[in-house]
Amino acid sequence: MTDIAIDTPSRPKGWLPGVLTILFVAVYSWALLIAEEDWEVMGLIALAAAVVVLGLFTGLGNKVKASWSAHEKPLNLGALIGVLAVIFTLSDQHFPLLMLTTTLLYFLASLGLNIQFGYTGMVNFAGAAFFGAGAYTAAVFGNVEWFPPLLTLVAGGLVAMALGLLLVYPIVRTTGHYAAVVTIAFGVLFKTFLEVNEILGGPQGLMVNSMRLPGWDFNNSPTLFGMEASFYFNYAVFAAILVAVIFTFVRRMERSWLGLHMDAVRLDETAAACFGISIHRTKILAFLSGNLILGIAGALYGMMISFIAPTSFTFSDSLLMVSIVLLGGMGSPWGGAIAAAIVVLLPEKLQILQEYRFLLFAVLVMLVLLFRPDGLLPRQIRNYFPGARNGQ
Amino acid sequence: MDIGLLAQYLANGIMLGTMYALVAVGFTLFFGVLDVIKFSHGDVLMLGTFAGFTVWLGLEAAGISNPWVQLVLILIASMAFTAAAGAAIAKYLVLPLKKAPPLNTLLITLMLGTAIREAVRLFYPNGSNPKAFPSLLPDASVDLGGFLLRADSVILVVAGLGLITGLNLMLNRTRLGLAIRAVAQDEETARTMGINYMVVVLATFGIGSGVAAFAGIMNGLYYNEINFGMGLLLGLIGFSAAIVGGLGNLYGAILGGFIFAGLQVVGSALLPFASAYKDVFAFAVVIAIMAWKPTGLIPERTSDRV
Repeated sequence: MTDIAIDTPSRPKGWLPGVLTILFVAVYSWALLIAEEDWEVMGLIALAAAVVVLGLFTGLGNKVKASWSAHEKPLNLGALIGVLAVIFTLSDQHFPLLMLTTTLLYFLASLGLNIQFGYTGMVNFAGAAFFGAGAYTAAVFGNVEWFPPLLTLVAGGLVAMALGLLLVYPIVRTTGHYAAVVTIAFGVLFKTFLEVNEILGGPQGLMVNSMRLPGWDFNNSPTLFGMEASFYFNYAVFAAILVAVIFTFVRRMERSWLGLHMDAVRLDETAAACFGISIHRTKILAFLSGNLILGIAGALYGMMISFIAPTSFTFSDSLLMVSIVLLGGMGSPWGGAIAAAIVVLLPEKLQILQEYRFLLFAVLVMLVLLFRPDGLLPRQIRNYFPGARNGQ
Repeated sequence: MDIGLLAQYLANGIMLGTMYALVAVGFTLFFGVLDVIKFSHGDVLMLGTFAGFTVWLGLEAAGISNPWVQLVLILIASMAFTAAAGAAIAKYLVLPLKKAPPLNTLLITLMLGTAIREAVRLFYPNGSNPKAFPSLLPDASVDLGGFLLRADSVILVVAGLGLITGLNLMLNRTRLGLAIRAVAQDEETARTMGINYMVVVLATFGIGSGVAAFAGIMNGLYYNEINFGMGLLLGLIGFSAAIVGGLGNLYGAILGGFIFAGLQVVGSALLPFASAYKDVFAFAVVIAIMAWKPTGLIPERTSDRV
């Protein structure tokens, strides 16, 4: 297995390719978000395709990857600054900010699913259900006057985790297809339950109160340098910071012995057990932490769109989330970011595609599975010494 | 509760159970020969039902209105179409991924199911609305002491059970059945014994899908309505039934189908205040059964490599 190896670049890579990538991606996403005409969007997509092909054939892509793995911390921070910069330049535009925040939240959800699918090799076809559990929790707790909204966010994650706890016993006992049926059944059960339950609004759904931090009401439009910004600006900044925090957490976990255990369990359960790794404990940890992240993402999503209904959390939506993980590449967090952008932005930007989005992504995932099963941005080999150079 | 109502529930359960068993049999056959789950099964079923519906529209237009002739032609067309679709999926999507992790096969067929569902919704004329399926069976009924036994249900159940029995005989008594069982048991040895592997796999997928199309037509005749989403729930129920019974075992699939139907009926009978919760109840029990018997009630015989 070459899955685990010590990554030793032949010579130290500079940080320049990474920084240039961030700059390019930031300008590109800004352009894509404000593009309105179909021909502009088409042109930008063609540009992206051209850049990808160029990157593959000239080896630029590998340079960027090497640069990234050599300077991961500063470059990740740079990416966050890039996202924040895009948010600031778009601060008075409602719709682009809404799309950007949705992308960020789906990226967050894909991080949660990645722990399950990518690292531990567990299936979870109820992603939208756990996402929805977070959103419904936000709706219920948001109406409680004294309950602090920041805790609502945490509560959303905890409720999703608690629901996952109900499934833990069948999940750890079953494998493969049998585990798939448990999560699929749960996803359908959850949506049917929401539809028939009158307390939770039934098919009509519920209103969700907005996010409030002490001294920072997310419903008010902030004023920046004398300009009134969109109220989505609050959510975009908050989501970007939340994603950064959880991204760091997930990367840390991947790199720690916990991540090693997960990789070992995915690659070979029997061998992992022989080395004293508790398969059950690893799987439970992966399942619950993944659901926690899904729930948090769902809670913030509910607060942002301020209205939720069972139809947003169907089995097809779960599949859409799985296709984000798969398109990006199993176990590749940055791949999830690219895939989330494709899955969320493309149908919104090309209105003709809106109606066809499930069909489009279903076919896209089938093609990826047939011809590039590792995803768009395959997972890198495990790097034991981040930033290490030769001979150190 | 009076006897009539009880009998009504029982008849309903048997009807649903037969339908689910027909779907579950397909899952178990596919799993037997290739060790894969073909999740698009339910949507292929839906496609077959729509093909049958289209044939019915054509027959109406051509002026052939004898219901029996119509029924036979619809069944033949729909089962043949579905069998061809099932074999094509096996050849172009499932077999190329044979060496890949099983998760990939599950995913590709899940996505194919979504693609078929969406394609019917978007491209079939007025496909997003439910279609009124014709009732082609005689609508006579016998009154058995407060319980109305409908002739069409009896015909459907008898035909469905007959099909399952036929399938069982085919698997156990014919050369093709022998070949299917041989491939299911040991692919390598079956190949060396001169069994045409490709033909057996494609035949199995064709047969399994054709049987599902029968269930789809049955569903249409019983409820007099078909829609693009019918395959998702039917496929899901069939999958759960096959898993609950134990994959790779025909009797397991039948058992699972009837258990699921029983759960739904019991759910709606015992929870009269909340019959809407019957699917919630049924799926919750499925999850509980999976926790209790992780490889189904009649487990497949496997041994783990150590």
